[in-house]
Amino acid sequence: MDKTIQTPAEAVAAIPDGATVMIGGFGGSGAPIELIHALIDHGAKHLTVVNNNAGNGHVGLAALIEQGRVDKLICSFPRSADPSVFVDCYTAGKIALEIVPQGTLAERIRAGGAGIPAFYTPTAFGTEVAEGKPIAEFDGRSYVQERWLKADVALIKGALGDAHGNMTYRMAARNFNPLMATAATTTIAQVSNIVPLGGIDPEHVITPGIFVDHLVEVANPAQEEELNRAEAVYP
Amino acid sequence: MIDITDIKLSNAQIAWRAAQDIEDGAYVNLGIGFPEMVARFQPEGKQAVFHTENGVLDFGKAPALGDEDWDLINAGKKAITLKPGTSFFHHADSFAMVRGGHLDLAVLGAYQVAQNGDLANWSTGKGGIPAVGGAMDLVQSAKRIAVLTDHVTKKGDPKLVEACTMPLTGVGCVTRVYSSLAVIDIENEHFVVREKVPSIPMDDLQSLTGARLHTDGPVTDLICPKDLA
Repeated sequence: MDKTIQTPAEAVAAIPDGATVMIGGFGGSGAPIELIHALIDHGAKHLTVVNNNAGNGHVGLAALIEQGRVDKLICSFPRSADPSVFVDCYTAGKIALEIVPQGTLAERIRAGGAGIPAFYTPTAFGTEVAEGKPIAEFDGRSYVQERWLKADVALIKGALGDAHGNMTYRMAARNFNPLMATAATTTIAQVSNIVPLGGIDPEHVITPGIFVDHLVEVANPAQEEELNRAEAVYP
Repeated sequence: MIDITDIKLSNAQIAWRAAQDIEDGAYVNLGIGFPEMVARFQPEGKQAVFHTENGVLDFGKAPALGDEDWDLINAGKKAITLKPGTSFFHHADSFAMVRGGHLDLAVLGAYQVAQNGDLANWSTGKGGIPAVGGAMDLVQSAKRIAVLTDHVTKKGDPKLVEACTMPLTGVGCVTRVYSSLAVIDIENEHFVVREKVPSIPMDDLQSLTGARLHTDGPVTDLICPKDLA
């Protein structure tokens, strides 16, 4: 078994129009910039994207939106230092937005990956986010029913990976990446280093390889914050 | 209208006052922006453990300019640093800490706080792009919810009100408000004044508040250091 793929372009080549794509990261940390840029080059459109944010500047997710590829965004916080791309698209009615509280977003993805179709959370009870959703009382307190979230594809970023798909992450770049790995039909990971089997201490594996379909090595990956400081624009 | 320009506390002073109430070893989440200042003013011997939604517990101060590692940030996307004791975890674990009631305190900003503890702080409801982040999770589940806020809006309207008119973040959740004029608890659906800046008479404080203020014992002077960096 060897899940490694040589280039980001090959890794994303099968993503179809209309796909639901989870993209890991929180702001720039853990954002798989090279995979997103390969997806832009690939050309898939009418995508539904799940991410915590809505892009920053003109690279990564913001560039994907700027190229008109995203019909709908599911996120918790569509603000950033430079959210102009998303704001312009949203204001022009070109992109739909579903706001999900951050913990609910994480748990919906976790539930999707864990085979739990719905769960109850205290979050958002009594707010407009809960409108239309079933409410139930447990031990005297009210909870909102939320449904799982699954995707056709997850694009994630890690630190080390091996041919079986075992992965580690770097510091706070972990965030949504291990959750999204579990919740997509096809999970595509970019890692800074692909190491031989046994090169990752089993005690340190965060994402076991069963959740990962394809890995591509991107040594020295671009960091969104640094691209934005350099005022980079993609493509 | 009463001019409070010269008597109201600065944001740093409000954050300083809130920091004095945090017990040693408390697990605390600080909201993006102004509440983040609380970390600067922890008293000697009272070290809280700070949680940030994006998966870091017990982190250090901001690095020097140029030393940032953008894989090491807080929920406000600002660079932070490691310290002995730091741990990392994914987002589902991060919000298990929140929803599971493991945080002692969450500190947030507010557009409006109602006397029953309802909080509105995520959307003005007047168009624009809503952004909730982790606020709705935090306010329903941390053991105590503290709000830091100016007592009135820039236009002079009360931010402490009978009932919120803006979209709610959470219901009946706020336990204490640190405003630019007073420290006010929310108990049994009432605002209860604990402290106020010495130079404002109670009647004036009441007139700047959108709901009835109650007292329960003495109201002490709210005095903060003047020069807070």
